[in-house]
Amino acid sequence: MIAIVDYGVGNLFSLASSLKSLGLQTTVTRDPAELEAADRIILPGVGAFADAMRKLEATGLVPVIRAEAQKKPLLGICLGMQLLFEKSYEYGEHQGLSLVPGSVCPLAEDLKDPTLKVPHIGWNALDILPGREDDPLFRYVKNREYVYYVHSFYAKDCAASTLATSEYSIPVTGVVRSGLVYGTQFHPEKSGDTGLRLLRAFAEL
Amino acid sequence: MITKRIIPCLDVKNGRVVKGVNFEGLQDMADPVEMARYYNASGADELVFYDITASVEQRSIFTDILRRVAAEIFIPLTVGGGITTLEDFDRVLKCGADKVSVNSGAIRNPAIISAAAQRYGDQCVVLSADIKRVDGRFMLFAKGGRENTGIDALDWLEQGVHNGAGELVVNSIDTDGVKNGFDLELLDAVAQRCAVPIIASGGAGCKEDFLELFRNHPRVDAGLAASIFHTKQVEIGDLKRYLRDNGVEMRV
Repeated sequence: MIAIVDYGVGNLFSLASSLKSLGLQTTVTRDPAELEAADRIILPGVGAFADAMRKLEATGLVPVIRAEAQKKPLLGICLGMQLLFEKSYEYGEHQGLSLVPGSVCPLAEDLKDPTLKVPHIGWNALDILPGREDDPLFRYVKNREYVYYVHSFYAKDCAASTLATSEYSIPVTGVVRSGLVYGTQFHPEKSGDTGLRLLRAFAEL
Repeated sequence: MITKRIIPCLDVKNGRVVKGVNFEGLQDMADPVEMARYYNASGADELVFYDITASVEQRSIFTDILRRVAAEIFIPLTVGGGITTLEDFDRVLKCGADKVSVNSGAIRNPAIISAAAQRYGDQCVVLSADIKRVDGRFMLFAKGGRENTGIDALDWLEQGVHNGAGELVVNSIDTDGVKNGFDLELLDAVAQRCAVPIIASGGAGCKEDFLELFRNHPRVDAGLAASIFHTKQVEIGDLKRYLRDNGVEMRV
C-alpha cells in the first residue's frame, strides 16, 4: 500500500490515477496510522513552500513522516521534494523537513542564460549522474529520457544526494536521494510513460 | 534544455470532438477519450480540451470526459471553454486538469486572471486570445472570433501576463483553418511584448510549417493544431521525428 499524504496542497487525482494504472494500491490520507501501516509514502505538493509547510505542520504529520522516512521508501514530488530539504528561500527563509541536506533557492537568480523563462516549464531530458545509473529508482528509466517540470525554485548545495539533473543553462536538480528518502523535482505522474516507469521502480524499491 | 511542444487541441461538443474551419461549419470527428489515448500513444506533449458547449447538462458530460481522460493519460492537460469564475477553475482542476485556459471569460471579467494566479499559481493560468487584423492592427476578438472587442490584442496579452497569466495561446483568426502556415508576424509581435511561454495556434497545414515556426521564431514554445492531427494529415510521431532530425529539440 502506497500512502499519498493529503495535507490540502494540490491536486492528487493524477498521481493517484497514475499509481492505480500500474495496478498499485494507494490511499490518500492524513491519518498517522495509515502512514505507519503503508509500505511506502509519497509526499506531493504544488504551490508555495511556506504555505505548504504550514499546512503539513497543521496536520500533525511532520514527526510521523520523519520517523517513517527511516523505515520505508518515501518519495517527495515537486514542492513535496523541496519540503524534504533543510530550508527554502522562497519569499523569506523557511525551515523544511531536513530529511535531505541542502536548500531550495530561486532559479532565476542562478540561471546563466537570463533570456530563459522562469518558471522552468516543460519537458526536459533527465541526465542521470555518472555512477548513479544503478540506483534502483532508475531500474526502468534510461539516461536522457524526458520528464515534465513546472517550478521556479530549485534545490542546491545537495551534490552528495543528487542522482540526476536537467540542463537549463545550469544543471537543475532533478532527482535526489538520502537513505530511503527520494525526491523528484519533475512530476512523474505527468511525464508520460517515463514517469510511470519511475513510479513502478519506486513501488518495487 | 526544454523541448518545443506539439499540442493537439480537442474541441468537445456534446461529448464529441469537433473542429471548425474559420470557426464555422463544425464537423463531428471522434470520441474524445479514444482520441486522447491515440495522441498519448503518438507522443503528444500535452493535450488541450475546449468545452465549446454552454449548457449545464452538457458541461457535466464534458467534466465526465475530462475525468476519464485524466485517469489514464499522464501528460499535462489544459482545459478551456466557458471558464469565467474561480469555481470554474476549481471544477476542472478537480477533474484532473493541470492548467486552465481563459478567453472570453477574461474579457468579461479581467480580474479572473489575477485571482486565479494568486490561488493556483501563474503556471496554472493560460490566457488564450483570438486575434484578427483590422485596419492593420491586431485586435482582440470575442465569442469564438465573431465579435471585435475594440481592444488592442498586444496590449491585452501584455496586461494579462502582468496580471499573472503564465502562458499564452495566440490564435490567429486570419490563418485559422487556412493551413498555409502559422501567423508568424503576429507571433513575433507577441513575443516582443511578453516573456512567458507562447503557444502558436491557427494555420498549420504541414510539417514544414512547424519547422519554420520553431527554427526561425525561437521565442515560440509550442505549436497547437486540431484538424490536421485529427485527420492524420500530419501524424504527431512523424512530425516530432522530422523536427528532431532538423535540429529542433523534441521529446521523441
